[in-house]
Amino acid sequence: MSKVSSIKRNRAIGNTAIYIILVLISVIWLIPFVFILLQSFRVESTWQVGYVIPKQWGFKNYIELFTQSSFFNWYKNTLIIALCNAVLQTMMVMMMSYALSRLRFKGRKLLMNAMLILGMFPGFLSMIILYYILKSMGLTQAGAVPGLILVYFASSGMGYYVSKGFFDTIPKSLDEAARVDGATRFQVMYKVILPLSKPIIIYTVLTAFMAPWADYIFASYIAFGTSSGYNVAVGLYSWLTKDMINDYYTRFCAGGVLIAVPITILFMCLQKYYVEGVTGGAVKG
Amino acid sequence: MADRITDKELKYLHLSKPARLLFSVWNFIIDIPNKIWHLICAIGRVFKNFGLAVAREATDIFLTFKNGDWKTKISFVVMGFGSLARGQILRGILFLLFEIVFIMYIVLFGGYWLGKLTFNNLTATTSVKTTQVVAGIEMEVDSVIYGDNNLQIMIYGVLTIVFILCFIYTWRLNVKQNKLSEQILRSGKKLKSSKDDLKSVLDDQFHKTVLALPVLGIVIFTVIPIILMIMVAFTNYDYNHTPPTNLFEWVGFENFNQLFTWGNGTSTFSATFGELLTWTLVWAFFATFSNYFLGMLVAMMINKKGIRLKKLWRGILVLTIAIPQFISLLYVSKMFSDEGLINRFLINNGVIQTALPFWTDPTWARVMVIVINIWVGVPYLMLITTGVLMNIPSDLYESARIDGANPVQQYFKITLPYMFFVTGPYLLTSFTGNMNNFNVIYLLTGGAPYTLSNSAGRTDLLITWLYRLTVTNNDYKLAAVIGIMVFVVVAVISLVVYNVLPSMKNEEDFQ
Repeated sequence: MSKVSSIKRNRAIGNTAIYIILVLISVIWLIPFVFILLQSFRVESTWQVGYVIPKQWGFKNYIELFTQSSFFNWYKNTLIIALCNAVLQTMMVMMMSYALSRLRFKGRKLLMNAMLILGMFPGFLSMIILYYILKSMGLTQAGAVPGLILVYFASSGMGYYVSKGFFDTIPKSLDEAARVDGATRFQVMYKVILPLSKPIIIYTVLTAFMAPWADYIFASYIAFGTSSGYNVAVGLYSWLTKDMINDYYTRFCAGGVLIAVPITILFMCLQKYYVEGVTGGAVKG
Repeated sequence: MADRITDKELKYLHLSKPARLLFSVWNFIIDIPNKIWHLICAIGRVFKNFGLAVAREATDIFLTFKNGDWKTKISFVVMGFGSLARGQILRGILFLLFEIVFIMYIVLFGGYWLGKLTFNNLTATTSVKTTQVVAGIEMEVDSVIYGDNNLQIMIYGVLTIVFILCFIYTWRLNVKQNKLSEQILRSGKKLKSSKDDLKSVLDDQFHKTVLALPVLGIVIFTVIPIILMIMVAFTNYDYNHTPPTNLFEWVGFENFNQLFTWGNGTSTFSATFGELLTWTLVWAFFATFSNYFLGMLVAMMINKKGIRLKKLWRGILVLTIAIPQFISLLYVSKMFSDEGLINRFLINNGVIQTALPFWTDPTWARVMVIVINIWVGVPYLMLITTGVLMNIPSDLYESARIDGANPVQQYFKITLPYMFFVTGPYLLTSFTGNMNNFNVIYLLTGGAPYTLSNSAGRTDLLITWLYRLTVTNNDYKLAAVIGIMVFVVVAVISLVVYNVLPSMKNEEDFQ
C-alpha cells in the first residue's frame, strides 16, 4: 500500500470518528427537547413515568392549558413585557453605547469605571428595595407587568459593552466628514451611524426580547403570589412544585413547547445577527 | 519602554510558558506589600486632591462674588437671576425653577425624612383596642395607630441627600455661568441666546441628551438601591424587625462581626459562609474551564476540513440557546429527580433497586450541576471560539506542519496560546459571571441538599443563598452582608487577574 493512500485512510477514519462524536453530541443536546415534545402529547397519565413515548397520543394537555389554567394570561403578560422591553431596552442601550463610543466628553472614563464597579454587585442584592419602591408605586402583585418592564429597562444602559464594541469599529472619519459638511451631532447619529448599525440593533432587540421569557427571579418576587401578574416562567415553575407536579407535569411540557417554538423560530431566523453579536462582544471583552 | 529590558524581563524571557505564568503570579504575590503601599498612597492622594479641589472651588466662588457685578451677586441667592438679567431667558428660568422646586421639596418633605434618618425616637405602628359605640352597641374595635417605617425613612432620606448633592452641583454651575458671562461680555462678544441653547442640545451638548435617560435609570434603579442595601447591612433588619410593626435600628458592624467569628464548630454563619464561598469558587472554576475547553473542542471538530454539514451541527447546538433556560433546566432537573424519568426507567427495568441520589447526595449533586452546565454553556463557547479559531492565520499551521509538528503540538503551541491571548478578558468575565450564575443552580437543585446552617444547601452559590435569605427567610441584614462580600470577592479577583494578565499579554508567543 502506498503512503498516500494510508494517509487518506487515516483521515477517513478520523473523520468518521468525528462524525460519530458529532451525532452523539447532537443527540445529547436534543434529547430534553424531544422528550418534552413527546410527553406533551401523552394522554394516559399526568405523572412522571418511566418511559418517553406516550401509549396514548392526544392534544388533551394543550386543550387544558387554555381551558383550565391561566396559561393564556401568563403568555400575554410575558409577550407584553417582552415587546415593551425590546423597544425600551434597545433605546437605552443604544443611547448609552453610542455616547460612550462615538462622543468624547468630560467624565466619560469616570462613567465607564463607575458602571464597571456597579456591575460587580450581585444583581438582586437590592431586590427588596426595588420591591418596596415598586410597591409604593402600585407596581407589584397584580400590577407586576409594568413594574417588571420598568425594572428590566431602567438600568439596562449598564449592558452597553457589546454594542459599544460594535460602534467602535465604525471609522471615525465618517463622523468627521459629516461634521465638516455641517451636520450636527444628532444628524451624524441619525443619518450616518444608525443606518450602518442594523446588525447590532437587531442583536440588541433580539436579546432584549428573549430575556423576559426566561426571567424567574424578579418576576416571582414582584408578582409574589398573585397569579394574574405571573409571567410564563413563574407560572410554569409553580406547576413543578412538590404538590403540583403529579397533576401538572405533562401540562408543563405542553406549555414549554408553546413557549419554545415561536422563540426558537424567531431566533433561528435572526441567528446570524446573534452570532455576530456574541462573538464580537466576547473577543473585545 | 521597548528599548530597555530590565533584568526581570530578561529572566522572564528565558522561562518556559508554565514557568512564565508561575513567575508572573509569584511576582504579583511578592509585590503585594508594595501594591498595598501604593494603594494607601493613592487613597491619600485622592483625599489630598479632593481637599485641594474643594479649596480651589471655594476660592473661585469667593472671587466670583468679590469681583462680580450686582447681577452676579444676587445670583448667589436667587439662582438664574444673572442669566435672566443678561437676556438668557431659558437658562435663567430653568435655574430659578430648580431652586424653587428644591426649596419646596426640602421644606415640605425632605427635611422631615432627613431628620429621622438616625432612627432615634421612632414609633412603630401599633394597633390599640378601644371601645366605640357602633349603631348603639358598645364594641371593642382594633384601631391602627400609624407610626414610622424605617425603610421609607431610609429611601426618602437617601433620595433627599442625592437631591441636595444635585442642588449643590447646580448652584456651582450657576455661579460659574455668571463668571463666564461676565468675561464674555467684557471682551465684547455676544452671549448665547436661548435659541442657541436649544440647538446645542442636539449638537455640542448631545452627549448629555443621550445619556440623561440611561444614567437617570441607573441612578434610581441601581445606585440608590445598592446604597440602601449597603446601609441595611449595618442595621438589624430581619424577620424579627420588619417595619412598620417592628422597627429596626443601626447596629454598626455587628453583622460583619458574625462573619468573622469562628466559634463553635460548623453551625455558625461564618462556617457556612466559608463553605459556600469555597464551593462558589470551585464551581466557577469548573464551570468556566469545562465549557471553555469542550466548547473549543466541539468548534474545532465542526470546523475541521472535510467535515460536511457544518451548518447543521452548529444549528443543533445553537437551537439550545434559543429555548428559555427555565424550560430546559427545570425539565432536566425533574428528569433526574428521585421520582423522575431516569430513576423510574432504571427501576422499572430492574437495573437498580433504589433511586440514584442525583440531587440528594451532596457530591452527586455538585458533579451533576457542573455536568449539566456543560450542556448549557458549550453552545455559546462553540460560537465564540469558532470566530476566534477562524482568525488564526493559517500560515502558522502550515509552517508548523512543515517543521513536522503533529496536531497535538500544533494545538498546544499555536491554538491554545492564541485563544488565551484573545479570549483572556472574556474568561475573566465568564468566571465572575459563573460565580453569580443564579439560573443554573436555582432551576436545577434550588441549592439542595440543605444540610448547612442558616438554611444553606450544599450546591448553593453565595448568590442563591442570598436569594433564599431574602425571599424565604426575610433575613435581609445577612443577605446584604453576603451581597457586599460577593462584591468584594469579585472585585479582588478582577483586580488580581488584571494585574497578572498584562504580563501574559506581552508574551505574544504565537508570533
